[in-house]
Amino acid sequence: MRRYYRMLMTVLFLTMAFALSGCSGAQYIVLDPKGPIGQSQKDLIIITTLLCAIIIVPVLILTAIIVWRYRDRPGRKASYQPHWEHSTKLEATWWAIPIVIIAIIGVVTVNYTYMLEPSKPLESDKQPITIQATSMDWKWLFTYPDEDIATVNYIKFPEGVPIRFQLTADTAMNSFWIPQLGGQLYSMSGMAMTLYLQADEQGSYYGSGANFNGKDFAQMTFTADAVSQEEYDKWVSEVKGDAPVLTMDGYESLTSPGPSDVQLFSSFPEGLFDKIVTQYVEEGGGGHGHHGASASDPKTDDSQTAFNTNSTQNEHAGH
Amino acid sequence: MWDKIKEFSSEFFVTGDPLILGAQVSIGLTLVAVVLVLTYFKKWRWLWSEWLTSVDHKRIGIMYIICSILMLFRGGVDALLMRTQLAAPELEFLTAEHYNQIFTTHGVIMILFMAMPLMFGLFNIVVPLQIGARDVAFPFLNSLSFWMFFFGAMLFNLSFVIGGSPDAGWLAYPPLSELSGSPGVGQDFYIWGIQISGMGSLATGINFIVTILKMRAPGMKLMKMPMFTWSVLSSSLTIILAFPILTVTLFLLFLDRYAGAHFFTLDGGGNPMMYINLIWMWGHPEVYIVVLPAFGIFSEIVSTFSKKRLFGYSSMVYALMSISIVSFFTWAHHFFTMGSGANVNAFFAVSTMIIAIPTGVKVFNWLFTMFRGKLSFPTPMMWTIAFIPCFVIGGMTGVMLSVAPADFQYHNSYFLIAHFHQTLIGGVVFGFFAGLYYWWPKMFGFKLHEGLGKWAFWFWNIGFYVCFMPQYALGFMGMTRRFNEYNFDMGWQPLNVVSTVGAFLMGIAFLFQVWQIAHSIRFYKKEPTGDTWNGRSLEWSIPSPAPMYNFARTPIVTSRDDWWEKKERRRKGEPELPHVAKAEQAPLEPIHMPRNSGVPFVMSFFWFIAGFGFVWDWTWMVIPGLIGVIVCMLVRSFTYNTDYYVPVDEIERTEAAARGAH
Repeated sequence: MRRYYRMLMTVLFLTMAFALSGCSGAQYIVLDPKGPIGQSQKDLIIITTLLCAIIIVPVLILTAIIVWRYRDRPGRKASYQPHWEHSTKLEATWWAIPIVIIAIIGVVTVNYTYMLEPSKPLESDKQPITIQATSMDWKWLFTYPDEDIATVNYIKFPEGVPIRFQLTADTAMNSFWIPQLGGQLYSMSGMAMTLYLQADEQGSYYGSGANFNGKDFAQMTFTADAVSQEEYDKWVSEVKGDAPVLTMDGYESLTSPGPSDVQLFSSFPEGLFDKIVTQYVEEGGGGHGHHGASASDPKTDDSQTAFNTNSTQNEHAGH
Repeated sequence: MWDKIKEFSSEFFVTGDPLILGAQVSIGLTLVAVVLVLTYFKKWRWLWSEWLTSVDHKRIGIMYIICSILMLFRGGVDALLMRTQLAAPELEFLTAEHYNQIFTTHGVIMILFMAMPLMFGLFNIVVPLQIGARDVAFPFLNSLSFWMFFFGAMLFNLSFVIGGSPDAGWLAYPPLSELSGSPGVGQDFYIWGIQISGMGSLATGINFIVTILKMRAPGMKLMKMPMFTWSVLSSSLTIILAFPILTVTLFLLFLDRYAGAHFFTLDGGGNPMMYINLIWMWGHPEVYIVVLPAFGIFSEIVSTFSKKRLFGYSSMVYALMSISIVSFFTWAHHFFTMGSGANVNAFFAVSTMIIAIPTGVKVFNWLFTMFRGKLSFPTPMMWTIAFIPCFVIGGMTGVMLSVAPADFQYHNSYFLIAHFHQTLIGGVVFGFFAGLYYWWPKMFGFKLHEGLGKWAFWFWNIGFYVCFMPQYALGFMGMTRRFNEYNFDMGWQPLNVVSTVGAFLMGIAFLFQVWQIAHSIRFYKKEPTGDTWNGRSLEWSIPSPAPMYNFARTPIVTSRDDWWEKKERRRKGEPELPHVAKAEQAPLEPIHMPRNSGVPFVMSFFWFIAGFGFVWDWTWMVIPGLIGVIVCMLVRSFTYNTDYYVPVDEIERTEAAARGAH
């Protein structure tokens, strides 16, 4: 039995070694940021990991030493004090160590929390571009209000320019995440969240809907291309020239559940994003109560277009 | 007529999936086999009078543990199915719907129907014995709690073969869990399965608080209680504050679905974000509810196998209590990315980190319990030693996750998945396994086979690291949780394969444990003494398995490790303390015990009927179910013959038989 036991150990340790080293050539996109937000978040990840490691590594070593030194064996030299159960000095020490470390991490965290507040505009001499992102079942609809173009599951924007993303959801909540540019933020129905991101380098970045929202949720990935200003302008004019128009009917067909390929549209109905945000606002508090009624869908109701921006557009402010 | 039946049954039963069909057939066959075996051996009466109606905390504990092991099997199979699906990109082993159901049931089962009952099982078996009590404060309620859990779990598991499983995630965020997102009955099974067992959990919390506060043996001051009992107290206090939130939240969701209310809907003024806040106000304390008793178990074991007093007892108590308080102020760290603003995020980030302080103190105290001790390493101690590094690393990634702005990058990724599995497996599962191996002889009177236990231990541990370490890396690679498939070009495959291998290693470990239990029963070797491990607290002072009334004479407690101190006095030949000696030599007295009752079983069964009726919206079934519940309450209210006395000669016979073995 013992021999098999040793063999098993060897095999298992080799498996583990493979597990820990078999990562070469992998794409650690979170640790390879291409924008200021992602960069600060990476810095923060490294700072906090190191601060934690200061305390964790000695504890792990101490554990190994204690377990080894005080194991019961014939003729051991280590002392044995079965009644030693309290030492104010020692206990005060290890209440103090985590308190100090946590205090330091806490201060760093609070500073970064205010610094990296997602709705805070990025400092830049360039005017930000607004892209409105709507998570739908199960695709992303992007509308560019300034350029008046729309896309599905694809965005393109110029490098070095702050992008002001406005996020909402048509139905269930999702989360808008482009790991290489910065952390995610929920897209929620009935609200327009603001997330500033910026790409400092040209490139094609992976984006995803990070929060589970139903059957084909895994299909909600998209590509975010950061290109030069000229290329971006050219792309916009191409889309405006060649792509079809997104009509209200076209939007309605997008809302039907299902995944989608990349689509481009040369224009979209005016105020579409605001309409999506405010689609669930009650007009005159219509009553419906019986079992099963909550599946009803008021978004086809045209009277919903008149809305009160102040009370419903929950612009994320962070105060 | 025939067509109608066919149409109904195609909606009623889950059809069209070979995996599920296989499961349906095997469930049917198992049921038939169980009925046949019970009938053949004429065991129905035995089953009813010895187990189903029992109010004995030890038997209830054993039933909890059996159920939780079965649930561990089901949750584990779910996990292996998921890991198989993720082993390769664009694999079509499971459909998206099926995958969503599986991760939902995996989460619910592992937390609510595996970890919770395993924990309650240990509460039941250990706490009365540790504090020198004859049973819990409310034995009838205890039995009711168990059967509510049992029938709640059955209702939830039934969705697998009848009606379809829930698929909105283990916390069922609306609007996905509303009728608009989940029109099927799966979500109703979720609500009622959890509601019925949740009532049982709340009652258990109350029961153990009262038991611990009111039923300790004379002399056992609060600060002389064993650390496991302290951890049960802190966990139970957390239960009674947290579980009502869950009940109310799910009741509101039920009203949305059943009565067309608008608490969490998108339209009609509802707000799904309110649900997310509410569910985590329960959900976060819940993870401390399950981990605090594990801390207690480690404290007992580390002290026993170091042959040394627990270091820093009062620090440990303050740490436990402060964790259970602070755990109520951290819920929003589950959604830093909701955009509540920097003030809210800063508050919850710091409150979350604060939990690391008492937890860190506990780790130091365990280490210094071993320091200057005399360590031996049977399986319970091995699990404890394995827990420390695992939980320390899990705690470190927890602090990393609590850093709100960095969490924007970790959230919903595999980094998070790896973190909470590390704390829940490395903390809770390792802890409960340690406790199970430690107290097994006390439960059954024989030890589990050590050799097979070591195989299981190594497979579990290595499997764990192989499975979850790559998932931290996958998180940094941008892999999101709950993806049922991924593309080739993301470079996620190698680590996913490794992770799947690890999951199967843990599956093998589970088989070793089953083998271990079967082998130990087959080659049954009675424990010669009640004190298998040279223990320190009162449960080791009585025979194994404990007699039905636990203690023939109520013990008198004089110090923290009372049994250990008593053994020391005996070893040194010192005389027993006068008041203890006097109590020990007093003549036996008849022991007051509760009578068995079938009401808890029947009443919980009626809850099951009512729940099943609610699930299918069958009022004709709900009404008799609820009437049955009320009738059971009345029957109990007018039952006056609920207790009896064990006569002295029976106690003498039992004691002679139990102690005669050595």
